[in-house]
Amino acid sequence: MTTAEIVDMITVVIDGFEVSVPKGTLVIRAAEQLGIQIPRFCDHPLLDPVGACRQCLVDIEINGRAFPKPQASCTIPVEPGMIVKTQLTSPVADKAQQGVMELLLINHPLDCPVCDKGGECPLQNQALSSGHSESRFQGVKRTFEKPINISSQVLLDRERCVLCARCTRFSEQIASDPFITLNERGALQQVGIYEKQPFTSYFSGNTVQICPVGALTGASYRFRARPFDLVSTPSACEHCASGCDMRTDVRRGKTLRRLAGEDASVNEEWNCDKGRWAFKYVTAVDRLAHPQIRNSDGELVQASWPEALAAAAQGLKASASAVLIGGRTTHEDAYGYSKFARIALNTNDIDFRSRVSSDEEREFLATHIVGSTTTYLDIDRADHVVLVGFEPEEESPIVFLRINKQFRKRALKVTSIGSKLSIGVEKLKGEFVKVAPGEEATAIAGLPLTAKSVILVGERASESAGVLSAVAALASSTSAKVAWIPRRAGERGALEAGAIGNLLPGGRPVSDASARVDIAALWNAPSLPTTVGRSNDEIYAAVNSGDLGALLVGGVDPLDGLNSTAALAALDKAFVVSLEIAPSEVTQRANVILPVAAITEKSGSFLNWEGRARKFDAAVDNSLNRSDLRILSMIAQEMGVSLNLGTVTAAAKEIASIGTWDGARATMKPIKSGKTESLKDNEFILTSWRRLLDLGTLQKGEDNLAGTARQCVAVISPKRAASLGVVDGDQLKISSALGAVTLPALVEDIHDDAVWAPRNSRGSQLLVNLGAAHGAVVTVVKI
Amino acid sequence: MTQLVPVLSAHWDEKDSFTIEAYTRHGGYKASQKALTMDPDAVIQMVKDSGLRGRGGAGFPTGMKWGFIPQGDNKDHYLVVNADESEPGTCKDTPLLMANPHVLIEGCIIACHAIRAKHAFIYIRGEVTHVVRRMNQAIEDAYKAGHLGNGVELVLHVGAGAYICGEETALLDSLEGFRGQPRLRPPFPAIAGLYARPTVVNNVESIASVPAIIANGAEWYQSMGTEKSKGTTLYSLSGHVNNPGQFEAPLGITLREILELSGGIRTGHTLKFWTPGGSSTPIFTQDHLDTPLDYEGVSAAGSMLGTKALQIFDETTCVVRAVLRWTEFYKHESCGKCTPCREGTWWLVQILRDLEAGKGTEADLAKLLDLCDNILGRSFCALGDGATSPITSSIKYFRDEYIAHITHGGCPFDPVASTLFVGVGA
Repeated sequence: MTTAEIVDMITVVIDGFEVSVPKGTLVIRAAEQLGIQIPRFCDHPLLDPVGACRQCLVDIEINGRAFPKPQASCTIPVEPGMIVKTQLTSPVADKAQQGVMELLLINHPLDCPVCDKGGECPLQNQALSSGHSESRFQGVKRTFEKPINISSQVLLDRERCVLCARCTRFSEQIASDPFITLNERGALQQVGIYEKQPFTSYFSGNTVQICPVGALTGASYRFRARPFDLVSTPSACEHCASGCDMRTDVRRGKTLRRLAGEDASVNEEWNCDKGRWAFKYVTAVDRLAHPQIRNSDGELVQASWPEALAAAAQGLKASASAVLIGGRTTHEDAYGYSKFARIALNTNDIDFRSRVSSDEEREFLATHIVGSTTTYLDIDRADHVVLVGFEPEEESPIVFLRINKQFRKRALKVTSIGSKLSIGVEKLKGEFVKVAPGEEATAIAGLPLTAKSVILVGERASESAGVLSAVAALASSTSAKVAWIPRRAGERGALEAGAIGNLLPGGRPVSDASARVDIAALWNAPSLPTTVGRSNDEIYAAVNSGDLGALLVGGVDPLDGLNSTAALAALDKAFVVSLEIAPSEVTQRANVILPVAAITEKSGSFLNWEGRARKFDAAVDNSLNRSDLRILSMIAQEMGVSLNLGTVTAAAKEIASIGTWDGARATMKPIKSGKTESLKDNEFILTSWRRLLDLGTLQKGEDNLAGTARQCVAVISPKRAASLGVVDGDQLKISSALGAVTLPALVEDIHDDAVWAPRNSRGSQLLVNLGAAHGAVVTVVKI
Repeated sequence: MTQLVPVLSAHWDEKDSFTIEAYTRHGGYKASQKALTMDPDAVIQMVKDSGLRGRGGAGFPTGMKWGFIPQGDNKDHYLVVNADESEPGTCKDTPLLMANPHVLIEGCIIACHAIRAKHAFIYIRGEVTHVVRRMNQAIEDAYKAGHLGNGVELVLHVGAGAYICGEETALLDSLEGFRGQPRLRPPFPAIAGLYARPTVVNNVESIASVPAIIANGAEWYQSMGTEKSKGTTLYSLSGHVNNPGQFEAPLGITLREILELSGGIRTGHTLKFWTPGGSSTPIFTQDHLDTPLDYEGVSAAGSMLGTKALQIFDETTCVVRAVLRWTEFYKHESCGKCTPCREGTWWLVQILRDLEAGKGTEADLAKLLDLCDNILGRSFCALGDGATSPITSSIKYFRDEYIAHITHGGCPFDPVASTLFVGVGA
């Protein structure tokens, strides 16, 4: 994958030791290579150097010529012939560092005992390593009102701030959200916000994490714990398919915070606020604790595990059954469902796409995505990134950060195909190809791409007929790379695990006899079902028509689809076994409820959009809750079938043994684009996407987080607004045959035929309220 | 004895000196006409040959600075004139622009031609409203006369009152609309300055000196001054003198000579201490009356020529009090970017206030000096360095006076005695 890049190496001497580092390396970083730690505050390897704190002063000479005064090692790149003396060998550098440390502390409050950062504070640590034990300062400290909210989730304690500008530089350079800045001057300089625009960045939590003191704290963690009381576990983020490395900090069985982990090839050191601050759902009071069975009176009653497992097995055996799973199952759990469907239920009726989906998409996934190896590195090297049915900032924030990094570094060209210009694409100065909802396919054909281009396809691409076919055609004619970036963390893993009707694990087509033999041999099964399975919508329809009698449902919200009425009817009608963590539309209708472990309570792995696996262990190790995989094994056992997947390790081992499929790939039947609608005066074509922060189930109870969600608005174009007499702020009622939503108007850059509203935000749950989300004709009236 | 040589200030005493008519009457705008017929590189060479050095304080050779601008790079180049004169004691650019704004405009035209710039900006201190008005009128007149607008556009930008914006990179940030704070160098302004384009930033007096050089030749300019400090310059005399004001003389003149030419120390008083180049240059005493006031001479004597702002203090002045006032200025003006300057000035003021009030100890003096050692050369820009100069130099020359405050339990001076109104109405 990588071609060896020729790097100029430069050799310098630091404290008497030689070290060779690539040209351009900063002195402070070269010293790290030798294990020499130069104290620092403003320096951060992923931010541009600023040289503000002056803590990292060292003595430098180049080819015998010494700088007259100590230099900030975080701003100076190595040069041939450079000799560096740090605090370890230069008394001047040592005194300079001690002096700066003393100055940093004169205005810093001595509130370490009550500060969240105490115990993991770079200022505390470096004051010990590079400071005097006593202060000579006897004057009056600068004081400020403690703490002030710069958003609902970030608090600023200005007294503690050392003005390193890490937070402001992050917001500007990494997130492109310059909503915080340094104000005032001298010792009264402080971080501030524009009064009319608080710090509503999707990435604001990173500023809390990189703050080298306790100046920025998160509202949800403030005063909750001491760092040394926490047990940290490396974990994976379950919220989206970006694939962030995370750290989960637990005290006495309860998750108190989550931090971005470090993975240079994925999230670097960042994550989004949802990943960081949406975890209370795990400890919500309504978590299901015991198995339940619906009795003959139709009431759910608590049951023992043997009773519940027996009832589940009996119900699933009694009639033709299908499996529906949600998008956040782990790779191993999805594999368990996939195997369970084939060998316990003898069916290919399984679908992980509990959302709007299409057969075209299923074929596209089988032909272009399963097993594919497009990665973040391809974005780094791309000459052009095309976004199709995909808003990276809202739907996969780390992908946004990566595109933004390349945009800021080298003006990476970005093209977005859609109906409404998004804030994210605006930040990327992307070329916005504006089409009416449903006509995206026409804009895709003929894009001038090369083999170095990357087409990033979102899950919403399935919502317009012909789009994925057009992407497939464009990719084959230009050799551009294609990646599919679903919103949910488990979808790529579920695809690879074969939790879909047309594929067995490892991308093996169900319709291919040798593929079936392959997997049957692995599973010790005499044979596998041969008919291509039903899709999500087809499964509900088959229940309603009587062709299916039972459903095994894991982590599904039936309201996420286009036809929720049919879905709910099917759940009412079928014998439903529900594996869930909390009460839902499914558990309300279930015949057997089996509580399962939430993400922090189990081990497993997620495959992100690249197909890269991130393994994680249980962060909470005393949970009594069992993983889906364990419960499936127990149901199977009750049914007289052995899944042989007793543990996550066993499942992972079996998955690893599958190997890649070298047989024929599935093929795709191209679909033509849909028809153009002719619209009346107050008719619009609806389009929408989910905002990062919205009414998502996993954000339940996170009020601080919800406070930074973007405003809910209905967006129409200036031309249509003029003809309807609408200005910003007017109330607009968007109606379909099913219902209506009313939102304040925002007149913006959007296709004249289109109206946009958030898909699942407060007051705008389009799938439930309108039964539509994209491409449907709706009426819009000003009220 | 060195005599005064008015070049820049030649016609300041004429009533209409600031008008375009007066400027033209004295041969104004002929130098730019001549320069425009010359090869730009020849103009740069001429300025190099003249030996003109930056008059803003650092004394960097002006022609060399112009020569750093990359040529043929197909980028816009900019000339930025630093008219943000804010150093305590410094008051040369303001009278120069009041008396003769056109000489700066003509200098801009010549400099733009030399560095291949089409746009020049004058960043002027916002407090000097009267100068802003006069400058605006002059620019308008120069446009009407066709001197501007035919290849050079000139914009006057009014600052909002921050000393730090006199630092060239902070000035560029401010000019771009950001909060003024110094930028990390490299890249230097000559490579990526205003709007990340090659930019020359020059002091008003440097640019205003150019027309005369073009008109009279490099040799003429070279003939004045000392070996390495060529030409004439404006010395701003202020404080306890009988006749404060601007005195233009060849570089290398001494304070003794200037005092003699100008009318001397306040009658009945003696010189105690003085600054050679504004408050951020280490102070001098009587012992330095014969120090040649050129870049090398002042430097050799342990200070800096700076802006040639000669602030004169007689024996009635409490040095502790004067230093405290300056330090309060630096604390107020520290931009806050770097730790040593931001926190250091905060602390220095508190120690000096205690010392002045007689609440200090001798240990405080040691602390003060050590603190200055931790600020000088550790700050991001020269503001922090400048803040320490009056303190360390005053302790060097007047340690006893600091001690007297401690033993006396307060200031031994009568503050009224140092005022200009002393004796008035008594």
